[in-house]
Amino acid sequence: MERRKSNSIFSDVDWVTVLLYLVLITMGWLNIYSAVYNEDHHAITDMTQKYGKQMLWIGTSLLIASIILIIDEKFYTAFAYLIYGLILVACIAVPYLGREVKGSRSWFRFGDFGIQPAEFMKFAANLAIAKFLSNAHIKIADYRNTIITLLIIGVPLIVIKVLQDETGLAIVFVTFIFTLYREGLSVNYLLLGFVAIVLFILALLVNNIYLFIIIASLCVVASLFIRRTRKNLFAIALVGLICCGMVKGTSTVYDHMEAHQKIRIDVLLGRGTVDKKKEGYNVNQAKIAIGSGGWTGKGYLNGTQTKYDFVPEQDTDFIFCTVGEEWGFFGSSVVIILELLLILKVVFMAERQRSAFSRIYGYGVASVLFFHLTINVGMTIGLAPVIGIPLPFFSYGGSSLWSFTILLFIFIKLDSHRLEILR
Amino acid sequence: MNPLSERKYIIIGVFLLVGLAFIARLFYIQVINDSYKLDARNQAFRYTTEFPNRGYIYDRHHKLLVYNEAAYDLMVTPKEVKNFDTVDFCKLVDITKDEFIKKMKKAVQAPNSPRKPSVFEKQLSPQDYASLQELLYRFPGFFVQSRTLRKYPMKIAANMLGYIGEADKDMTERDPYYNEGDYLGISGVEKTYEKALRGKKGLRILMVDVNNSPKGSYMNGLYDTAATPGKALESTIDADLQLYGEMLMQNKIGSIVAIEPQTGEILALVTSPSYDPNLLVGRARNKNFSKLYLDTVRVPLFNRATMASYPPGSTFKLVESLIGQQEGVLNRETKYPCSAGYAPLGGHPKCEVHPSPLALYDAIGYSCNSYFSYVFKSIIENKKYHDTYVAFEAWRNIALSFNIGRKTNSDLANELRGNIPSIKYYDKVFGKGVWKASTVISLGIGQAEMGITPLQNANVATIIANKGWYYTPHIVKAIDNNANDTTLGRFKIKHFTAITDTAIYNNVIEGMSHVTESGTAHLLKIDGVEYCAKTGTAENPHGRDHSVFVAFAPKNNPKIAIAVLVENAGWGASWAGPIATLMMEKYLNGKIARKELEKTMMDANLIDNIKAYEPKKKKKK
Repeated sequence: MERRKSNSIFSDVDWVTVLLYLVLITMGWLNIYSAVYNEDHHAITDMTQKYGKQMLWIGTSLLIASIILIIDEKFYTAFAYLIYGLILVACIAVPYLGREVKGSRSWFRFGDFGIQPAEFMKFAANLAIAKFLSNAHIKIADYRNTIITLLIIGVPLIVIKVLQDETGLAIVFVTFIFTLYREGLSVNYLLLGFVAIVLFILALLVNNIYLFIIIASLCVVASLFIRRTRKNLFAIALVGLICCGMVKGTSTVYDHMEAHQKIRIDVLLGRGTVDKKKEGYNVNQAKIAIGSGGWTGKGYLNGTQTKYDFVPEQDTDFIFCTVGEEWGFFGSSVVIILELLLILKVVFMAERQRSAFSRIYGYGVASVLFFHLTINVGMTIGLAPVIGIPLPFFSYGGSSLWSFTILLFIFIKLDSHRLEILR
Repeated sequence: MNPLSERKYIIIGVFLLVGLAFIARLFYIQVINDSYKLDARNQAFRYTTEFPNRGYIYDRHHKLLVYNEAAYDLMVTPKEVKNFDTVDFCKLVDITKDEFIKKMKKAVQAPNSPRKPSVFEKQLSPQDYASLQELLYRFPGFFVQSRTLRKYPMKIAANMLGYIGEADKDMTERDPYYNEGDYLGISGVEKTYEKALRGKKGLRILMVDVNNSPKGSYMNGLYDTAATPGKALESTIDADLQLYGEMLMQNKIGSIVAIEPQTGEILALVTSPSYDPNLLVGRARNKNFSKLYLDTVRVPLFNRATMASYPPGSTFKLVESLIGQQEGVLNRETKYPCSAGYAPLGGHPKCEVHPSPLALYDAIGYSCNSYFSYVFKSIIENKKYHDTYVAFEAWRNIALSFNIGRKTNSDLANELRGNIPSIKYYDKVFGKGVWKASTVISLGIGQAEMGITPLQNANVATIIANKGWYYTPHIVKAIDNNANDTTLGRFKIKHFTAITDTAIYNNVIEGMSHVTESGTAHLLKIDGVEYCAKTGTAENPHGRDHSVFVAFAPKNNPKIAIAVLVENAGWGASWAGPIATLMMEKYLNGKIARKELEKTMMDANLIDNIKAYEPKKKKKK
């Protein structure tokens, strides 16, 4: 170990991952430049323009990344709970201390720039989960531990949703289910979640009576094919009842959603009459922008739909529209493939860890990135409801870029010590 | 190893599946589905049309007949109208507030749209435009698009030149070149030569942002096209002759067609009553059009020269004489008697009192009905055919070869076929085998069901002047100074009739000469010009006889062939004759010696005659 220590602190850094990161933020910046490009402001460092500011965010992100690599890796394990606690406090405080901007209560403002503590909750929660589950005595399958884990995830979710009213930032925490699954959470939870989503969608689209009939007949069919012990029959009945309950519960959940959320779901599912000029506007414009890209796109800086503001939020949540319009099918596929490559790279890196902490943290990184990719791209092409979350490394925004950078580079740091003792 | 590590495959599988689903979806909306591309273009592009200058039309001496005047359409994009002082604006454009509201409503509703510019006020004059332009900056959302309007300095040849109209939905579906509201030729030369005259529209693609403010041209104008101006037409018309003809025909119903025999070029094509072509231009067009359209007494939009089919009356005796000689049943010595009518049928058709019997020249000169009834009978009962109907068919085919009873295929937009009745027709009317020469004897003197247009009649005069051939009559001789333009190719083909022996024509020409020397037109002389003519007085079911006259001049080496018809005016020699000879005199001598006659003709109002019509049974002259 002494030999290794004598080398530079960067010696075991996984440079492929760093390279993927750099490629993605560069592409992201180029697309932000194009999305907000106008003839009056050419200078790429123009601080009145978003690409100028993003330049600054990228610079600081690289600085942060370096600092993370320099700090001793034990810092993250030692202070995982503390970091989690501090940021959670910040999240709770921000609605009261922060300045309200455009109706959002999730920002601390410093002049022209703002910080969203909720963005940093992601890596903090990830650290805390890793810390808790890596404890040698903890088995997640243990009922009590499951509750604690869910609390680590659930508290920030509820704080951000209820206190800050930031659905997008809150819902991300759901993604840690992938980590938990990998660490031994019963597959039934995953199936339950999957079935819940499917039934929710079906219940909104199909007459509920038919669903009840279908569920009942499936239960009957199932009971014909298994050994009809009392236990099995009971299980089938329970599953059937739960399913029916979900269907029945859908309308209650839907009715209690906020108006704009209902609309987004309606738009996604094509329920009722969606006016493409009103509630359906964003998604329709996003699809037009991407769809008009064709095979190879209209060329860099030649997009019309994004550049001329037909697509709202074209530099942040809808940045993928610029990619789709100007780089076409090839370009957008490349972006999706690069993002996926990074995510899969992180998964493979997680799997090579000797330390449970590093592995669990790594899965958290992959899950968070994957969730953002899925929802963000999904909503622009009409496969996911509109939820305002950024595309990792692409969307304009300091907090999100910093947050993703910290999230990723802590893992890169942990990975660079993968050959050392188990933590 | 952690026994749970197998689960990584599930997780990786889920990640890959989502990635694949996204790429598949992208492939669908970006590559397969085209509707998004269309939507994008509709939203972000504003297509502005640059309208080309329509081609000018000149007469045969390069005198301007039609040119363009700038006009300006006031356009509005309702969505861009902001901070608006309606009172000021209404004052500026000279409309009431109610009109303003109505026009704005129209601009918003389909097929217009609040986002797209549409015409607010059509065809402002350059003067209105000048005063408007200075203040227009105060009214965002309004702009001016320049158009061109037709202008007719000589106010002549309205029906022949035709008029311009706006393309309707039907038209845009038939020919995608046009958009609704584009101008195009609806009738006359404007219609026939639309493709040459219209030029090619230019297109500019502007990019606009979500607020519809322009953001420069698309791809720096790579796909923009400049407008190509329309081609100028050189017409065959002699503007002065045309004007003179229209003056002679004023307050009369009928037409004049004059053709240059050697070329088939139409020198004048007068139809009366006509109208000032400037009426069908500009903002008053619709009002004026419905006024002209609804004038069912004068029918000024009706081009009688090509669209009206009249019985040719005695002018057909010329063709009759030619056919008789061709079929070998007539020569210049042939004599038939006349007893103020055709004796074999009890004096019908009737005739005037004149010396009898007559030979061919005098028969043409006196226009003897009896004589040509005999000729017709001899043609139909020609022994060489052994069969009346075969002979009739032969007669009809020769007549058809003179381009009567079928369209001349000229470049005049609308043309009637005319009619020479067929065997089939008579079989239907009288029954097969029942009818014979005497049943249809009045065909011999150009009556019965026979109908020919004034254009066809002028062409008959041309054929006789040329002794057996003609070029298809036409109104345009060069496109963009190019006389060999392919569209004009069909006017370069010499057509021959079924009768090619010039001696046959010489006999008829001699007869026509008799008409002007001692016959029905002996009172009509042209200073220093020996000419050939034939009068006609065509019986018709609509009232008093039509006055008809065909002629060519000079007798040797003819320069002009002419057909004149004045409806319900009576004798051929009393109205059509003087008008035709004045026209020829004007064309050949450049001045009129017979001032008195000219004045009488110009002043005469024969339109009122129509009402004072009393039935009369007379066939002749």
